Amino acid sequence: MENYLVAMLVFAGVYALLALGLNVVWGMAGMINLGLVGFFGLGAYVAALLARRAGWPMAAGLPAAALVAAGAGALVALVTARLRGDYLAIVTLGFSEVVRVTASNEIWLTNGTDGISGIPGPWRGQVSPAAFNLIYLGLVAAAVLVVLVALERVRHSPYGRVLRAIRDDDQVATVAGKPVRAFKVEAFALSAAILGLAGALYAHYTSYIAPEAFAPLISIYIVLALTAGGTGNNHGAVLGAALVVFFMESTRFVTGALPGLSAVQAAAVREMLIGASLILVLRVRPAGLVPERIRPVPVR
Amino acid sequence: MLGEVGQLLINGLVAGTILAVPAIGFTAIYAVLRFPNFSLASHLTIGAFAGYAANVSWGWPATGAVLVAFVVAGLAGVLNDELVLKPLRPAGVLTTAIAAVALTIVLENVVRFVWGNELRGYDLPIQRDWHVAGLRIGAQQVKNLGIAVGAMLAVFAFLAWTRTGKAMRAVADNPTLADIKGVDPDRVARLVNFAGMGLAGIGGMLVGLDTSIDPLTGFRVILSVFAAAVVGGLGSIPGAVVGALTIGVGEELSLLVLAPAYRTAVGFAAILLVLTLRPRGILGERAY
Repeated sequence: MENYLVAMLVFAGVYALLALGLNVVWGMAGMINLGLVGFFGLGAYVAALLARRAGWPMAAGLPAAALVAAGAGALVALVTARLRGDYLAIVTLGFSEVVRVTASNEIWLTNGTDGISGIPGPWRGQVSPAAFNLIYLGLVAAAVLVVLVALERVRHSPYGRVLRAIRDDDQVATVAGKPVRAFKVEAFALSAAILGLAGALYAHYTSYIAPEAFAPLISIYIVLALTAGGTGNNHGAVLGAALVVFFMESTRFVTGALPGLSAVQAAAVREMLIGASLILVLRVRPAGLVPERIRPVPVR
Repeated sequence: MLGEVGQLLINGLVAGTILAVPAIGFTAIYAVLRFPNFSLASHLTIGAFAGYAANVSWGWPATGAVLVAFVVAGLAGVLNDELVLKPLRPAGVLTTAIAAVALTIVLENVVRFVWGNELRGYDLPIQRDWHVAGLRIGAQQVKNLGIAVGAMLAVFAFLAWTRTGKAMRAVADNPTLADIKGVDPDRVARLVNFAGMGLAGIGGMLVGLDTSIDPLTGFRVILSVFAAAVVGGLGSIPGAVVGALTIGVGEELSLLVLAPAYRTAVGFAAILLVLTLRPRGILGERAY
């Protein structure tokens, strides 16, 4: 039971990183990314391949995964720079599907749908599984804390203010002389780096990744986490991620307790609940549990 | 080589004509309600399964089952819009679009709950393919083509000649003016949802007649449907037809250079290409 709880906390940490990553583009800069699972998967595959094929240590694999994801993010941002918000939603969703289809079909590189197993984790096998879980929880918690503090600095900096200005009205930001396109590309790259880092941490924790782990539903989980927590608010993102993991795990027990449901039906009920709760949150509390607070500009 | 290209062209034109049916639905809903209703994906699946129930459980012929697909998906569309999306529309286009994606997940899982994950095929008579000048054409392909063209002709006739069709075009063109002239916007919204999602249902059944169906049928084609609508000009019904034919032929021709699994990437690339070169699509945004 303890191991289960610790494992859930690790997943909550990974989800918190994803929600923080999404918050950079969606919460701060106002660009939706419904394909965030694509960057998550990209980071996971880069880390897994570097560790398994090239024998890189995890300490080198994590930044490499973040960098590759950031590059992909910049590229996606560049080609979609002229797209309106609702177009961006489906194009990013398409991007994540392209990543998944590539991972399933480029068998020479990714081992296809069989996935990559035996990804090393820090001291895995040398210490007891319980101790490994705790070490990893510490690692993920540290990553969440570092990213959270860094993003809070970004949010309160003049840079973060420009991003919010672009979110609220990019024409005004352009008129004020801000290079809007460059800001958007940078925000997308920063966001993708965090998503890629989350993917690398996920891969090293589970030791096994396969394309089906990066289904579009994960993106919806994270949109739900951020919307429930409070779009634009970094603390809200972390809180929302913890709530979504807690909610998903409790639905596992609820559907397990319902008699007469097959495994497929139980899974269907859980996914229905996730979708329905996102709709409900949008309807009842669109600003989230911890709405974004913007400090008023001091009057001199 | 030339024969192969010819075969791909024919397959592409048939696939594009089928794709045009849900693409018209998508673009019509966009023209009136001004948001991309991604829940069209799940209504496509609902139509496919409603047609399956009529065809396999009740023993209706496929051509009659298409009508069931239209009516069931259309009614589901009206209901889901009234209950879920309509209250969210004041919150903005993007919020509604995200809610539509969430709605798709809910509805897709309702289908999964009832029918499970396995692939299902319609009950069809076995027919020999036709061979014309070295090209192979399936008898069912020709029938599907006929159903798709029939549905499209009905849409064009409806918009051109009926009073309600004119009211729809009026709302798409200028909602405020239409309102002043006494066109009830709620009624038009319900109608366009019924017709649009009903067309999605027909599209789902046609896709299923060609291959097989499962709860993800709609999700798999939604990117192509969206690409077709965008390429032709979002909100333009003739544009959706042109866009769907472009995407259909493009996806088939991509098989010359790409593995079949990468077909989805064609829609993705087409959206980016068209929006970069011609942001309003091939035919622009005029509704009709």
